[in-house]
Amino acid sequence: MPPALFSNRLPIAKMAAAVVALAAILSAIMLSFNWDGAEDSTAAPKIDNLLNIMIVLSSIVFAVVVVALGYALIAFRAKPGDESDGEPIHGNTRLEIMWTVIPTIIVLFCGGWSWKTLNEIEERTGHEMTVDVFSQQYAWSFGYPGKEYAYSQGVLHVPVNRQIVFKMHSQDVIHAFWVPQWRIKKDNVPGITTTIVITPTKTGTFQLICTELCGFGHSSMRAKVIVQSEKAFDKWVNGITEKVPTPLMVSVKQDTETNPEPLERVDAE
Amino acid sequence: MVASFTRPGWYRAALCTVAAAAFGFGLVVLLRSISGLSAFQSEQTGYPQVIVPLITAPLGFLAGIGCFDYWIRWGFGLPTIPDDHSSHGAHTWKDYFKVNTDHKVIGIQYIVTSFIFFLIGGMMAMLIRAELAQPGTQIVSAGTFNSLFSTHAVLMIFVFIIPMFAGIANYVLPLMIGAPDMAFPRLNALSYWMLPMAGIVFLASFLAPGGAFDAGWTGYAPLSTGAPLGQSFFNVGVQLAGFSSIFTALNFLVTIITMRAPGMTFWRMPLLVWANLSTSLLVVAATPFISGVQFMVLFDRLMHTNFFQFGAGGDVISYQHIFWFYSHPAVYIMILPGFGIISEVISVHSRKPIFGYRLMALALIGIVVLSYSVWAHHMFVAGMFSWLRVPMMFTTLLIAVPTGIKIFSWLGTLYFGKIHTKSTAMLFALAMIVTFSVGGISGVMLGMVPFDIHVSQTYFIVAHIHFVLFGGSVFTIFAGLYHWFPKMTGRMYDEKLGRVHFWGTLIGTWGTFIPMHWVGMDGMPRRVADYAAQFGNWNLLISCFAFMLGAIQLVFVYNMIVSWRFGPKAPANPWSGKSIEWLVSSPPPIFNFDEIPRVVGGPYEYGIPGARHAIMSGGGAEVPAPAHTTVGS
Repeated sequence: MPPALFSNRLPIAKMAAAVVALAAILSAIMLSFNWDGAEDSTAAPKIDNLLNIMIVLSSIVFAVVVVALGYALIAFRAKPGDESDGEPIHGNTRLEIMWTVIPTIIVLFCGGWSWKTLNEIEERTGHEMTVDVFSQQYAWSFGYPGKEYAYSQGVLHVPVNRQIVFKMHSQDVIHAFWVPQWRIKKDNVPGITTTIVITPTKTGTFQLICTELCGFGHSSMRAKVIVQSEKAFDKWVNGITEKVPTPLMVSVKQDTETNPEPLERVDAE
Repeated sequence: MVASFTRPGWYRAALCTVAAAAFGFGLVVLLRSISGLSAFQSEQTGYPQVIVPLITAPLGFLAGIGCFDYWIRWGFGLPTIPDDHSSHGAHTWKDYFKVNTDHKVIGIQYIVTSFIFFLIGGMMAMLIRAELAQPGTQIVSAGTFNSLFSTHAVLMIFVFIIPMFAGIANYVLPLMIGAPDMAFPRLNALSYWMLPMAGIVFLASFLAPGGAFDAGWTGYAPLSTGAPLGQSFFNVGVQLAGFSSIFTALNFLVTIITMRAPGMTFWRMPLLVWANLSTSLLVVAATPFISGVQFMVLFDRLMHTNFFQFGAGGDVISYQHIFWFYSHPAVYIMILPGFGIISEVISVHSRKPIFGYRLMALALIGIVVLSYSVWAHHMFVAGMFSWLRVPMMFTTLLIAVPTGIKIFSWLGTLYFGKIHTKSTAMLFALAMIVTFSVGGISGVMLGMVPFDIHVSQTYFIVAHIHFVLFGGSVFTIFAGLYHWFPKMTGRMYDEKLGRVHFWGTLIGTWGTFIPMHWVGMDGMPRRVADYAAQFGNWNLLISCFAFMLGAIQLVFVYNMIVSWRFGPKAPANPWSGKSIEWLVSSPPPIFNFDEIPRVVGGPYEYGIPGARHAIMSGGGAEVPAPAHTTVGS
């Protein structure tokens, strides 16, 4: 007769205390680090918040596994020379339902929170500025459609605290746009226009990193990102005389925009 | 001398390989000349005069070594040579170099061959870590670096992990279900011989102009469609590895469904058999997708079919959808057989029935079904239709549930058992529970779209994939190899060396792959030969642990070779297991069973006095078996 949840035969209270203690220690240690680096966009704190939730949940799950394994190894080790079998326990339906249902609730919670976060970080403010991102092996360049397609090679300037819609194009293979401090990443795909929205919240100089393998020059495909005040940005962009060259304009006009964003726009259609 | 060229064997194989290559080469040159084209075409994506022989030569080799002899004679209505079973069983080491239809020989052929590829792939990993030990490029150029990590991944996935599991199951599974062999022994031999062909084709790409394929193991278009000749070697090699695994999966399915010993109902099958049933269902349905998509890339390269050519009607992102429709189920192809191994090892060494046997089997089937609905979680930042991200996120998170059931059931199995940790197999199994949990947790994190947007394509991904594939699959492979080594070789291995190997591997795995999470979240992208100086110290530490992890594998190699040759003789049942493979001698007789066993109970009847899983008249007939023992309830 399998005992109900084994509770009468196991020090459940002590094991639970060990799980809580271990999970608390692990969470405390891991939460004390700023894993993702500086938070320099409106999306960054939201994504880091999600990471912190996951750190706590992961610590609990990990602590359950480690404590369960550790206790079993202490309590149920065979004595030297003991060749007898363990008890013929084949399962326990209540326990099995429990470890099916509880993880389901946890992951659905994670999914729901992620969905909410996703909607928040992709929400449009209605006061956006569009920037075209052009990528090719192994260089970045940028166009400013609001400023008669002013063109900048290798350096991206954007104003602080203004939502930027990046329309991304690739001329050859797939590249990917990532500024770690902004947390947002997306592939630049030849033939289609992909879109991300980012609101930088700190001025300064950052690095734009290509994260999709694009050939032998992949690890050196970088660009400088300068976030500055709206005034300084306007001064810079108005000083540009160069326009986006024709071959790049072709991809702006002809690439299909197959990926409407954010989610609300899909519902509207 | 002439006779040695007409009989199946290495002479005829060499002859047929050369002849088939010459035929392929001649055909291309002839057809191109007739069409008024230049005989040789050397655009970097072209080279039909190389690609066609690359396809015909392995087929020639397979014909020459003797994989098709029986079928060809039968097909042409010639008198087939009566099967005298001379090709069954191995009497000397030389028999392992011949086409052999014995599943035990094929199992060992598989295991040894794929382990050799593991060592080659591992040496590439060492080179990669040497290059990454410091920022800047020191040892290899950026282009060679791309080739190295691409071939490293391809060797490990296609010619190590997947066939290694096929090899272990090939040996153990027919014994476990009480079958004398696999359902299609000749097909089984053909499956095996395609494996070294695939590995050689992958490695031969280093000889191609422009170097080995360098678009990653994922080979995303259009980087792959425009890459130098080496990429075509990848396209062709995947076909060989893919057909090999499809044939094996068919073989397992038919074997499991039709050849179980009398009395072995589905609910009396050991979980290793359930695991291989699930894996085979995945392989037969999913592998044709990668085969197809690599043909499409090859056709794009050779014939300008423009499947993935933007601006010519092709669609770049569709490559990723088709690729991941195979390659996500493939990660379960690379772990489910391991789950089966862990279930066997933990049950035997804790002297306990598997906790929740039926739910364990259903969890496997649940993973099979769900794994077809999660592929686009690899594409959250790929620029695909954005709404698709949310349903794919939920299915991805839900697949953690059946995986969690497996972890908790293994832990439950340990309770009130008698845990023996003297076997290295058990150490690897216990460590795998913790290490794989870490990989599973980081997998759930990656399933959450906003976090994935940040860490996708960074070292966090490298850390995750190595925790599940090394800390998961490779640990289960070691557990399985240690567990069945006495059965396969008839010798015991050295537990002391096993322990050294275990602790070195465990520390090496955590030391190498845990810091990769950190540098990834902090901004280090993956697949880079050079990186920002701020990550230098962590990478040096990672490399040191990686070298230790690599070096410690030599202990395993030494242990296996020396024990195989000189180890003490193994008894039939060194671990006191209950499943059928432990009822026969070590190694088993040529057709496994002098008498087919009768299955009378569940596979894990530990602790029930007098309960048996199976009986054979040889030893167990006089012990009365209980008519019905409880299974999994």
